[in-house]
Amino acid sequence: MSRIDDYRAVAGPGAVDFILKLAERVKARRFLHVTGGRLGGGVAETLRAVVPLLSELGIDARWEITGGDSAYYATARALQAALEGVERVLSEEGLARWADMNRRNGKKLDLDADLTLVHDSQPASLVSVRTTGRWVWRCHFDCSPAQAGTWSLFRQFADQYDAAVFALPGFEGRLGIPMYVIPPSIDPLSERNRDLPAREVTEILAGLGVARDKPLLVQIGPFARAHDPLGVVNAYRLVEKHHDVRLVLAGTADDEPERLELLSQLREVAHEDPDVVVLELPAEAHRQINALQRAATIVLQKSVRGGFDLGPAEAMWKGKPVVGGSTGGLAQQIIPNVTGYTVYSVEGAAFRIRHLLNNPELIPRMGAAGREHVRRSFLITRELLDDLALAVHLPR
Amino acid sequence: MRTAAHPFRFAGCVELRQTLDVHALDERELMHRLAEVPTDSIFFHTFGYFLRHRPFTTAYGNDFARWAALEIGDRALAERLAVVDPFAFPALDALREHLVTILQDHLRGREAEGRVEFDRAFHFQRSHMVDVPLGLTAATLVEFRAGLATVDESAIYLHTVETRARERRAEPFAGWLRDALDLPELAERFDRIDPYLTTLERVRGRLLGFVDEALEKGRG
Repeated sequence: MSRIDDYRAVAGPGAVDFILKLAERVKARRFLHVTGGRLGGGVAETLRAVVPLLSELGIDARWEITGGDSAYYATARALQAALEGVERVLSEEGLARWADMNRRNGKKLDLDADLTLVHDSQPASLVSVRTTGRWVWRCHFDCSPAQAGTWSLFRQFADQYDAAVFALPGFEGRLGIPMYVIPPSIDPLSERNRDLPAREVTEILAGLGVARDKPLLVQIGPFARAHDPLGVVNAYRLVEKHHDVRLVLAGTADDEPERLELLSQLREVAHEDPDVVVLELPAEAHRQINALQRAATIVLQKSVRGGFDLGPAEAMWKGKPVVGGSTGGLAQQIIPNVTGYTVYSVEGAAFRIRHLLNNPELIPRMGAAGREHVRRSFLITRELLDDLALAVHLPR
Repeated sequence: MRTAAHPFRFAGCVELRQTLDVHALDERELMHRLAEVPTDSIFFHTFGYFLRHRPFTTAYGNDFARWAALEIGDRALAERLAVVDPFAFPALDALREHLVTILQDHLRGREAEGRVEFDRAFHFQRSHMVDVPLGLTAATLVEFRAGLATVDESAIYLHTVETRARERRAEPFAGWLRDALDLPELAERFDRIDPYLTTLERVRGRLLGFVDEALEKGRG
């Protein structure tokens, strides 16, 4: 577990002292985070680092989770998908059971806090049993394309909060409460982002069966259409006509039929071309992902759907130029011509990769700019500052 | 050495951003929304740009010009908006009127042009500045210089841009130099600093240069 002083070495001069000063304004206040679980990436990973840091800053910080029966989880999953714009059928009965289960969660959990931050949709209806303090709904996904009917049902809960927080402007749905913007961040000291000695990188890549005899193009991400791995393969094919490179696609597939089908297609491609490596990794393979990003010559993140994938920030932190899609959070992270390129097509991705390979002096220059950009804008220390500012801004 | 009647208290700030759920998908919508949004939003997208602008990003002067250039691809409009110096206007409403007038003029006689997709829209925001007292004070020009050289760059923004553009609790550098240290010439130079299209670190460097000159001349 990292301590606040550990961030002095990575967060830029004065950043930690600045956090300490701001934290004085909310010292001894009670913060409560509520999520739908403690496992998985993204939010849970951030809270695993943030909650102990808040405690160290003199804030009484706690983290609770909600749970329920299988019907509760099934409705919560369907609700989340519908709020992200995927067509789902949600029965009123199912939603009533979900809300009732959260009411029961509310009776069991200690919700006594000055500031309660409820993350994403599963525990969101807990707000109906609020008693003390300020309540904030922290939405980490893009809910602008939410199914209209589902949003109207969900809104009856969301509007009971004092405020909502979204990752980007434009990610919000229509609400009658103030809506703030706090982009997500990466933890530079986590297993996924910490410095790795070159020897360790070499050992990990050898263990994964990835040879380093030619420049590596690496895309990390779920084997899902939203991340367009087939588009990446097609871009690679346009590049390999001119450059001897190796493409590594690493990610998770889970058991969704569409993803398994995609993984099978990618494996076929890899079977026919030894310079395409497809690695199915477990969700907790942070060290391997860290090593792959560090070994990459260029990191690709050719997502075609919105959301706030932090892959570019992770890669830029490791000093790599990123060629990425132009959707959602990717466009916020990649500064075109400075830290990499945002592209709109397979051909665009191929063109930019070739441009970088033909002008190799750009690679370290963009990598250094990317690392500095992430240091200022996408480290967990910045998110901590934003969280503290929100607590100061919202009166008790 | 002069000692101030009251010490200067350095403070930094954190910008808490608020989305207004107001969006523009083309230039005409941008013009209409610009005319309607709260003045705080005009502030955020113009003066606030100085706080968010980084040395390695391309300078557009304000968020409107940046959007016109990068998302709409209208270089001419981007140029016309970029050159607007927000410090040249006595009030935010006057700045708003000028921006709307530029858009009106630019769009006059033009056919409706293409709209961008929602995720490339202009999203109007505003911000709430949360002050962070840095626990650093100065009673003399030498102490002031030491503070100026080391404070977080958000303090440079707060004590120069914010205090000039809207009424704030934080004291402007220039006001303190003039009133508390009785250094009107140095205060005048601080007042005339142009933070437009540069970075806060450069502004800091220039301010330090002014202080050094004053110290060399034995003032302060």
